[in-house]
Amino acid sequence: MTELSKTGAAVGEPTPAGKAPEAFLEVRDLKVHFPTDDGLVKSVDGLSFSLERGKTLAIVGESGSGKSVTSQAIMGLHRLGARGKNVQMSGEIWLDGKELVAASPDEVRKLRGREMAMIFQDPLSAMHPYYKVGDQIVEAYRVHHDVSKKVARRRAIEMLDRVGIPEPAKRVDGYPHEFSGGMRQRAMIAMSLVNNPELLIADEPTTALDVTVQAQILDLIRDLQKEFGSAVIMITHDLGVVAEIADDVLVMYGGRCVERGRADEVFEKPQHPYTWGLLGSMPRIDRETSERLIPVKGQPPSLINVPSGCAFHPRCPYADIPKGNVTRTVRPDLELVSTGHWSACHLPAEDRERIWTEEIAPKL
Amino acid sequence: MSETKKTDTVAEAVIPKQASAPEDREVLLKVEGLTKHFPIKKGILQRQVGAVKAVDGIDFEVRKGETLGVVGESGCGKSTMGRVITRLQDPTDGRITFEGQDITRLSTGQMRPLRRDIQMIFQDPYGSLNPRHTIGSIVSAPFRLQGVEPEGGVKKEVQRLLELVGLSPEHYNRYPHEFSGGQRQRIGIARALALKPKLVVADEPVSALDVSIQAQVVNLMDDLQEELGLTYVIIAHDLSVVRHVSDRIAVMYLGKIVELADRTSLYESPMHPYTKALMSAVPVPDPKRRGQKSERILLRGDVPSPIAPPSGCRFHTRCWKATQICKTTEPQLVELRSGQQVACHHPENFADQAPQDTVLLSVAKEASELVPDAVLEGSAEQAEAAEQAEAAEEGEAAEEAVAAEPADTAAKPSSAAGESERGSAADEKAAAPEGEAEASDTDSQESTDK
Repeated sequence: MTELSKTGAAVGEPTPAGKAPEAFLEVRDLKVHFPTDDGLVKSVDGLSFSLERGKTLAIVGESGSGKSVTSQAIMGLHRLGARGKNVQMSGEIWLDGKELVAASPDEVRKLRGREMAMIFQDPLSAMHPYYKVGDQIVEAYRVHHDVSKKVARRRAIEMLDRVGIPEPAKRVDGYPHEFSGGMRQRAMIAMSLVNNPELLIADEPTTALDVTVQAQILDLIRDLQKEFGSAVIMITHDLGVVAEIADDVLVMYGGRCVERGRADEVFEKPQHPYTWGLLGSMPRIDRETSERLIPVKGQPPSLINVPSGCAFHPRCPYADIPKGNVTRTVRPDLELVSTGHWSACHLPAEDRERIWTEEIAPKL
Repeated sequence: MSETKKTDTVAEAVIPKQASAPEDREVLLKVEGLTKHFPIKKGILQRQVGAVKAVDGIDFEVRKGETLGVVGESGCGKSTMGRVITRLQDPTDGRITFEGQDITRLSTGQMRPLRRDIQMIFQDPYGSLNPRHTIGSIVSAPFRLQGVEPEGGVKKEVQRLLELVGLSPEHYNRYPHEFSGGQRQRIGIARALALKPKLVVADEPVSALDVSIQAQVVNLMDDLQEELGLTYVIIAHDLSVVRHVSDRIAVMYLGKIVELADRTSLYESPMHPYTKALMSAVPVPDPKRRGQKSERILLRGDVPSPIAPPSGCRFHTRCWKATQICKTTEPQLVELRSGQQVACHHPENFADQAPQDTVLLSVAKEASELVPDAVLEGSAEQAEAAEQAEAAEEGEAAEEAVAAEPADTAAKPSSAAGESERGSAADEKAAAPEGEAEASDTDSQESTDK
């Protein structure tokens, strides 16, 4: 378990494999691979992290970095139906003392919706267009609670009211298409929170929304988290959203974690060149940016042929600094940079420090 | 790494033509009173029962070599505006003048020669390229359609264009599916640039791309503008991107331009409350600023329907400054400060345009929540400080604010007011004197100028 101890956990020391951890949610060396005709797609390839109740973890990365697959793995969505035959999963996912990767589909089903719930990016396709919004919430509630339809309906109205939908008693009988984008996302949130889940996974919950609505939804998620004390995993590509809501950040690249730490620390002193790239690519509203953006050159890697060594090396401007051919041959492990801050990079610490303070930070 | 190929190679081919100051530049495109209504028809007779007023009377100019950014929420009519000014759709009313020529009512045939000069880049890099054509045939289509024979042959010119946008000439015979989103967007840009257009209208050119790729395309568009002297109208919903690329920015709300200003003025001192709300909603990638957003304005609810837009100022249903006049009289887009046009009765950062009208509409009190809970404790102190400051400063402009506030607090007895209500009331107070103070500042500055 040397690899595991190296990959570690964001909070505290990792517990040895096979044993229930202290943390509320702990993912250890998770691998999700999909065999396809073109080859094995290694969507998630050895990911570890942990999360406490009441905290928010943001998973950041480009499309195809494996962030959504990770969340679906936690929810146990890869093993549903025929899709289950086409996925190879290994590692451990511990939720509140229960291991989920090896658990039977029935066990996971009991947890899904009740202990962990998900908010999807596109609420129009995540809700059934044929059923009334209220009925869909009622169904989600009655799966886990033995109550009459009437009680469940009351609960649905209460939830719609809680997420800020005006006239909930009337809207409960509306269809998804009658709701606007922001309202629909609120209804989605009401549905996922109806059973007071302890873990809420939000997969790009605001990407399809306008900024003003995004601000409303983020506020709502924050309020609800405070109220229910849930743990939240926020999957996003928008570093602005991360800064707004996250306690911890995990940056993913090519199916692996390249940097992880407390949000303020990662923004203050990012350690990985890819994180620098993300920060440099973003036009910022809070500064006068007459200067050019600093994009990450090239394209995200194919998950079938992940580059050897450090997956980021073909796009990394500093790949030649470490001696030998190490960036191309050896895959870097996560190393502790400072308390609770991990980074997987071959660059020597002093070079990293110098590049960040001299070259990157002044341009941001 | 074709993506990163610099476009220096062709830099010398075209010499950029840039006028010294933006004001001196020639007007390339002029839009006056442009409207576009989509009829709603019903019944067997298909009688028109209403109209979606997507664009409802907008005026602006685009000068040569500049970039005009257009921002707004979804459904504000910005994309329709882009399609109408390129004449992909016919305007309902108004006038579009391109290089002094009225193009509002030109037929398809009459428009054709002008298509060389006006080009469009589309949002969806997947939907805008025909999957059955090779890149060569896609990018050479403009030459074919216009009957243009470029120097050295079409193929050579297409390969030059591919190189210009950072693709490799060998991509000529490939199909769109072989490319990633960012590369496809580059193909769309190459096609738009094939005939050396004067005006390029880009509708959400980067919103479908990943952040790192987005930056590549933004930089590319920047470079091309410099090299080829292009004029852009960039339509986007991302305010940070718009800030980065634009010289001037138009903010749209429900088919109208509510504010049109140069970049610095707009972002540093927005005058329209909607602009302010829109900008304060953009998340800033800096966790240290979390909780410091005393200026944060959270708009409630959604954009009203463009079928039946609100009377008067269209924003009055969501505005925290709305008064009676906002409900009845539509504010005109007027230049309040040099280079900054605003359509508002009670602008921010400027003197009130309707000072006699002080009673806030009831909707205004509920329209927005100024600050999230976390900041409330801090801002309560600020509010107190602001109140004291306000008491000290009894300027003419400040009087209205004072007059408005007692009415406000009288309406809501403090004993009954919940915590949040009290919070927002306090914030309204905090916000109002601040705005007034700044306004009186600018006032005094102006008077000294005179």
